[in-house]
Amino acid sequence: MQYQSQAVAKPYFIAAIALFVGQILFGLILGLQYVVGDFLFPEIPFNVARMVHTNLLIVWLLFGFMGAAYYMIPEESETELHSPKLALLLFWVFLVAGALTVVGYLAVPYATLAKMTGNELLPTMGREFLEQPTITKIGIVVVMLGFLYNVGMTVLKGRKTTVSVVLMIGLVLLAVLFLFAFYNPHNLVKDKFYWWWVVHLWVEGVWELIMASILAFVLIKITGVDREVVDKWLYVIIALALITGIIGTGHHYYYIGTPTYWLWWGSIFSALEPIPFFMMTVFAFNMVNKRRRNHPNKAATLWALGTAVMAFLGAGVWGFMHTLAPVNFYTHGSQITAAHGHLAFYGAYVMIVLTMISYAMPLMRGRAAANSNKSQVVEMWSFWLMTVSMVFITLFLTGAGILQVWLQRYSEDPQPFMVVQEKIALFYWMREVAGVIFLIGLLLYIASFFVGRNEPEAVAK
Amino acid sequence: MSGSFTKSMARNIFYGGSMFFILLFLVLTLDTNRKLPLTDNRHNLTEEVAHGKYLWEVNNCVGCHSLLGEGAYFAPELGNVYTRFGNSKEAIMGYIKSRPVDGIPGRRSMPQFNFSDEELAALAEFLKYTSEIDAAGWPPNIQG
Repeated sequence: MQYQSQAVAKPYFIAAIALFVGQILFGLILGLQYVVGDFLFPEIPFNVARMVHTNLLIVWLLFGFMGAAYYMIPEESETELHSPKLALLLFWVFLVAGALTVVGYLAVPYATLAKMTGNELLPTMGREFLEQPTITKIGIVVVMLGFLYNVGMTVLKGRKTTVSVVLMIGLVLLAVLFLFAFYNPHNLVKDKFYWWWVVHLWVEGVWELIMASILAFVLIKITGVDREVVDKWLYVIIALALITGIIGTGHHYYYIGTPTYWLWWGSIFSALEPIPFFMMTVFAFNMVNKRRRNHPNKAATLWALGTAVMAFLGAGVWGFMHTLAPVNFYTHGSQITAAHGHLAFYGAYVMIVLTMISYAMPLMRGRAAANSNKSQVVEMWSFWLMTVSMVFITLFLTGAGILQVWLQRYSEDPQPFMVVQEKIALFYWMREVAGVIFLIGLLLYIASFFVGRNEPEAVAK
Repeated sequence: MSGSFTKSMARNIFYGGSMFFILLFLVLTLDTNRKLPLTDNRHNLTEEVAHGKYLWEVNNCVGCHSLLGEGAYFAPELGNVYTRFGNSKEAIMGYIKSRPVDGIPGRRSMPQFNFSDEELAALAEFLKYTSEIDAAGWPPNIQG
């Protein structure tokens, strides 16, 4: 760690991992509710558990992104963070606000929570992923503003690199696009149209900038490849991400009451969306192959290569599978969507945050470059357990989705939703088993922070 | 990447390309907004429908159901539930009203929300309005 203030990233990463555990526990509840319909009913109905599952994901990824930025920006800017105190204050604000929101979801019926938080003054609740009470949303905006001010001031006073500029563009646009969460017209079609400006333009737009810049940062550090080369790749990747991804929003405008020309715009541009992800894979492997040093942190290298591959598979390949309008006509809102969502989020955003943590955490905990071999071995086991089980979750959901589409939408004698759900229950059971293995992988991941602490650092061979 | 392709070229593609496609997206958005009255069923968007949408939101219906294919996939699609229930608002209201408080052993069941008759009517009206949105022929069949 080159600058003292980089250490503010540590609580952000710890909180991220803690919330990650919560997310997975609720994921297991959801998976079980798919097959044991009355599990925890009516205490924790499916919708509440799902809200906790998805909201925890978003919040912990934001913690991860912010932690990554607090770690990267001082080092890139070659100066201390503008205000470490503000960073710590905002950490607690965000954590308490997030915790209170989750407690609210679990403690009272959602409608009561809406009433308690004055939702009728500015109704923003009750839309997928944007379920947070309006005051929580305002809190998120305040935290983001303070965060952007803090890292922004640091960038301004120091060295400006491609990595830090791209990261800043991604983070600023993340905050700007979130403002559309406050626009909730009565007109359902309009509501849906602009809802995607948050959801799609985040995950298939500006988050890719954040991901690419974190990946570039870690690759520079572990491979020692010249920045000139990395920067070029970075610009090309994010250029393709936005060129394909912005109009690619159109693949959500097929069947929600928008003009039918979106069938063409959406199909053509979103079919190109795998390209930036593929380039990220080529980029990561290229840099590692051309490395000028052997970094002792093998685990971080594994995560960096892993995130590039899995993002391509999850976001790229599984996205492409159902993105063309004639295909999407049958798969829209089916388990195929769920399959894609799981692998894409895990591969692109979970893994990039874990890449950053894997690289930075040993340094923040006093290691010169890497954890002990023992710790890294456990961490790499957790990598494989989580990654392989997530691939299986995705495959089982894809199987469920294909059957669902066939039985409910494509065959000559379409059957009702619940009838079909019972017929495909076996796939849900297998998904749940894979989910348990994922949890084991996650627990092993946490264990990797504690094993081999007193052993000497791994050395590069 | 080859040496003749410089970093500044890559940067220009990023800024130029992004700006161009942001502008194109805004133009398409503008055009979409102009054409929406033809498909979005806004002439049936009454105060009661708006109230129904509000109830849909504050009870987090989208946490289990999908609506025009968006939401969760735990419970049936509701964009066409009005037609699936025989073009009957009463059938929708009756269904929501009759959900058992403690669920159904071993099975998925919708919670009992204890809606008033006026709230049930608003929800049904909202679902009717939704079913009349022109969603390019989606869903493929009545099962949603």
